[in-house]
Amino acid sequence: MKFFASGNEAVAMAAFDCGVNLGCGYPGTPSSEILDELSKLGGAAEWAPNEKCAMEVAIGCAYAGGRALVTMKHVGLNVAADPFFTIAYSGTPGGLVVISADDPGMASSQNEQDNRRYAIAAGVPMFEPADSQECYDFMCAAFELADKFRSPVLFRMTTRVCHSKCVLERRKATPDAKKSGSFTKDPKSNVMVPAFAKLAHRRMRADLKTMAQINEEGKYTRIIENSSEFGIITSGIAFQHVLDAAPEASVLKLGMTYPLPLDTISKFASKVKRCLIIDEGDPVLFEQLKAAGIEVENKAEEFRFGELNVARVRKLIAGDDTPDAPGKPGKPPQLCVGCPHRKTFEVIRDLGCIVSGDIGCYTLGVMPPFNAIDTCVCMGASVTVGLGMRHMLPEDEARKVVSVIGDSTFLHTGINGIVEMVYNRPKTGHVVIILDNRITGMTGCQENPATGYHLDLTPAYAVNFENIVKGIGVDNCDVIDTTAEPEKFAELLKTRLQSNDCSVIIARRPCILALAKRSKMEKK
Amino acid sequence: MQITNIVVSGLGGQGVLKITDILAEVIFNQNFDVKKSEVHGMSQRGGSVSSEVRFGEKIYSPMVPAGEADILAVLDVTQTEVALPVLKAGGILITPDDVPLDQLKNPKALNTMILGAISANLPQLPEEAFVTAIENAFPEKLRALNVEMFKIGRNAR
Ligand SMILES: Cc1ncc(C[n+]2csc(CCOP(=O)(O)OP(=O)(O)O)c2C)c(N)n1
Ligand code: SF4
Repeated sequence: MKFFASGNEAVAMAAFDCGVNLGCGYPGTPSSEILDELSKLGGAAEWAPNEKCAMEVAIGCAYAGGRALVTMKHVGLNVAADPFFTIAYSGTPGGLVVISADDPGMASSQNEQDNRRYAIAAGVPMFEPADSQECYDFMCAAFELADKFRSPVLFRMTTRVCHSKCVLERRKATPDAKKSGSFTKDPKSNVMVPAFAKLAHRRMRADLKTMAQINEEGKYTRIIENSSEFGIITSGIAFQHVLDAAPEASVLKLGMTYPLPLDTISKFASKVKRCLIIDEGDPVLFEQLKAAGIEVENKAEEFRFGELNVARVRKLIAGDDTPDAPGKPGKPPQLCVGCPHRKTFEVIRDLGCIVSGDIGCYTLGVMPPFNAIDTCVCMGASVTVGLGMRHMLPEDEARKVVSVIGDSTFLHTGINGIVEMVYNRPKTGHVVIILDNRITGMTGCQENPATGYHLDLTPAYAVNFENIVKGIGVDNCDVIDTTAEPEKFAELLKTRLQSNDCSVIIARRPCILALAKRSKMEKK
Repeated sequence: MQITNIVVSGLGGQGVLKITDILAEVIFNQNFDVKKSEVHGMSQRGGSVSSEVRFGEKIYSPMVPAGEADILAVLDVTQTEVALPVLKAGGILITPDDVPLDQLKNPKALNTMILGAISANLPQLPEEAFVTAIENAFPEKLRALNVEMFKIGRNAR
């Protein structure tokens, strides 16, 4: 049957049709819709507190014989890298597919890291779809490959592939039968102590060689034979732009981009006079081909930055590496009118604080009229970066430092920071403000462990922030609605900043979009 | 091979994606090859939003190249200047000034009125297909209003 679907919808359909037993992830643009779609189709899907938890739950599911899908944005894989590198050795009997949704051009991210490097670094096979159809087909192929080698598979998508819609054939008429759970004790395969990991590493490298052979068979590769003058090697969304920009060129389009089919590539390169690599992001293909001694021309450095499009591909081919003239900027996103973060930031700004920020809607507090975020690195960093500043700054400056962190971000990787705070206390103490708007706002209002609902909106236990921070041992913890009582909040914050206490203030008031979501739920 | 490129721009909350979804569905149901692309990320309201639809016999890149849009529709005039470079020379620009705003019963339905104006320039897509797609896209109590606004937009000028 035919559908008009986004890449995210397509992978959800494919995972469902492959009988996936569990999908877990942590929200992050552009990956966030996948698990919602899986759940809507009737698959089991859950939001974990962070990507490492999601990856590990999926690993456990796959150890117990299940097919598991993990979804995250590119930076999420940094958080989940620890289990990822070792599961690459051990593998799982059930089949584990890890989606990394990269964001070249940083439509909604703090960096544009190229996660194809993770496949190489960890020794994990990787698929790179170029449209929704390939999202579907390659997801099915990924689960097959995972079964065959008991290897995790990295599924690398990008913003345009995730969010563009196109026509797709849902090839499996009926879903595969779901695997049932079972566990066979096999410590040599599943317990990565040095003695067993040494064997597993060798096995993994040998398997990668076999996978490269399978990749040579051409199942995941497309070759368009045209000009013998000019050939292009490409992957992912860049392939689509290439077809528009250079209809006369011969094209080798790679679908499984690790381990590479080097013989196929070498043969293609030798048949054309000029052989150019056109892929988005880092020179990941070029470096591998260069190392293999295949003569190819790399894209100019300029094209490593940002997204490609048809016009940029034309320039790239013409050897024109002048940067594009910047267009007139659109209107940047702003905190919604009625957003609970607004009042909090007004008060913080008026007190002249140094604000160690974090990632979420509230990062927009950096914009005028608030100008109330001074650093932002990665999720969870607000608490700990704030502590580092407190250690270093002279006392009167140190007293101005506050950390602000959202509810979802606090649960993601903020809790560890509170432990650090009470363990290695700065002389002046510290103040952490949890911006508890009762939802994961930034990425589209997903549930989290404190909202009281699961991903599929069934009721859940709601984790209690007061209990967590008191349990860890902070000196005091207050809860306040800063919109309703801004003066009281200002007084409280001043008092805490002047003391040497390690304090937490929970600024609690729901996001207006979360309220809209709840009232919709009530109507249903 | 004839490709038609349509870009719709506006601000978050105006329903830009809603009408390109409807448009793409109509095209899909008429058995054209079609792709739709936009960058959505942040949930906050009010930032620029732009969505692109391309259709024809065979479509490759999902993004409309600069200067190649046949139709550019903007839901908020502040976005005209931002989006204009995408329009081809001689292409059709549709702004809220081109539709009878005095007949707009609910400001939230500006998007369907503009969709009407877009549809008037796409004779290969039948009016009934739009009406059906609009009916499918809205809950019961908003259907009649949106079909009405669509028709007013379609018959403007
Ligand atoms: C490691 C990592 N995972 C996911 C994201 C995507 N992301 C950015 S902000 C955010 C959630 C923010 O939620 P919350 O802390 O509750 O703040 P709010 O947006 O609701 O104000 C997420 C999931 C990210 N930037 N980094
Ligand atoms: S989505 Fe919610 S948290 Fe984000 S800016 Fe809007 S009101 Fe604030």
